Amino acid sequence: MESELTMDPSEALLRADDLHHTYGAGTPEEHVALGGISFSVNQGEFVSIVGPSGCGKTTLMRCVSGLMRPTSGSVSMDGEVISAVPSDLTLVFQDYSRSLYPWLRVADNVDFPLKDAGLPRSERDARVAQALADVHLTGHETKYPRQLSGGMQQRVAIARALAYRPSMLLMDEPYASVDAQTRASLEDMLLEVWERRKKTVLFVTHDIDESVYLADRVLVLSGAPSHVMADIKVDIPRPRDQIETKATPEFVELRAEVARLIRSAGLRDHPPGADEA
Amino acid sequence: MDDAGADAMTWIRAHLADILIRLAAVAALVGFWWWATARAQSLFFPTPDTVFEAVWNDWLTNMGESWRENFWPSLKRLLLGFGLAAFLSVVIGVAIGRSRKFGDYVEPIIHFIRAIPPPAFLPLFIILLGIGDLQKVVLIAIGVFPPILLNTIDGVRSIDPQQFDTAEVFQIGKVRRVTHVILPAAAPKIFAGLRISMSIAVILMVISELFAATDGLGFRILQSSRQFKYVELWAGIVVLGVVGTVLNGLLLLVERRVLRWRVN
Repeated sequence: MESELTMDPSEALLRADDLHHTYGAGTPEEHVALGGISFSVNQGEFVSIVGPSGCGKTTLMRCVSGLMRPTSGSVSMDGEVISAVPSDLTLVFQDYSRSLYPWLRVADNVDFPLKDAGLPRSERDARVAQALADVHLTGHETKYPRQLSGGMQQRVAIARALAYRPSMLLMDEPYASVDAQTRASLEDMLLEVWERRKKTVLFVTHDIDESVYLADRVLVLSGAPSHVMADIKVDIPRPRDQIETKATPEFVELRAEVARLIRSAGLRDHPPGADEA
Repeated sequence: MDDAGADAMTWIRAHLADILIRLAAVAALVGFWWWATARAQSLFFPTPDTVFEAVWNDWLTNMGESWRENFWPSLKRLLLGFGLAAFLSVVIGVAIGRSRKFGDYVEPIIHFIRAIPPPAFLPLFIILLGIGDLQKVVLIAIGVFPPILLNTIDGVRSIDPQQFDTAEVFQIGKVRRVTHVILPAAAPKIFAGLRISMSIAVILMVISELFAATDGLGFRILQSSRQFKYVELWAGIVVLGVVGTVLNGLLLLVERRVLRWRVN
């Protein structure tokens, strides 16, 4: 709807244009998950997406990553419309225990995609070592995933994504299943890596604090069929600090704004049983 | 080497009670066997000492001949039949597991074949394939393939879809998706099938050698019976027990090695 000319296309690394997705169209179980989502993410930006539960965040991530075709609308990367998962993008799943390969040791899990990328051994080893160092897992190379805690397993999954060296990292509620302390340290680790490796990150979460704390911009989704209700700029200086930053008036105000939007979305349309996994 | 030795020692120390109880159970069984057969004084039930003596004299002291005439022909048939069936059932199992439609077409056939007791094929195979190794290998393969096939299908179908999503996100090639994602993910179930099949393979090997055979372990037992050599008959049964145990043990070793990533 919004013409492509009104946005500045020069810097947008990823663009979603009017994404719609309907499950089971024409059946009694028809569920409209995405009701026209448009946004863009610029090179080097950290954008988070937050929304009420069941608003289609996972559907959105699957469409944006190219794992799933939206019913209508398109996703483009570097100006090209994608039809499959682009090689310059990767997705970190919520459930690390299911996305890591349990039969591969930590270093082999990180190395696994690199073999198919056709890289020479020395380059692969260097990338694996660097990625594991970035997530503070040096020394755990020969362990199996099951020998690590949940937070460490998710760090392996992130290292695997980093070693692959995409410009764009999609993260689908990556910290939803770890405890609060682990989550805080994983957030700071991610910010560190994002700055050091100059990545572009699109981070989906249902945690309002997390969305504001991490991002340059927060996209707030409405309930299903979801659309972008607000695009909020987060002008809080970096580096951020879990305690100091969260005590600043700017942070408190922004998180309240996001919370109000989500509450209003939840009240307006809360279809019971529309929870989407 | 020293480390391994020390490890073995600590292992033995930790499991000493366990080991002793198991040895005691074996001793109790042999003791009962000896007591019962010594009392019965029956021609058909020799005492264990004479049986073990026969194992030593007839089988082990002329191992060269036993190997050539009995062990090797049997093992060759068993391993060929088992290996062939295992390879084919894993290949077909992966294909069926990945394609719901293909599975719907062929699964009734597999279940029907599985319902037929494999020895029922024996007379037919003798007519069709002769009395040589081919007939025996095919019989073993036929009996062995359904459990491996069905377990492989089950294993492939129960792979978490996210593992495929992950492979897709990282642009893993088609071949490596099979060899490095599907096969390892289905390996625990495949091994469950292999273990069931190994027992079936040993059974069918013996059965196939009781008919129209000139060598092998089964043949030797039959021969002892025909010549009324009951001590040797029992010795042959004991040897078969050992062979079956060793084969299962080897398979278990391979499984432990391949599946070492799993929680014990």
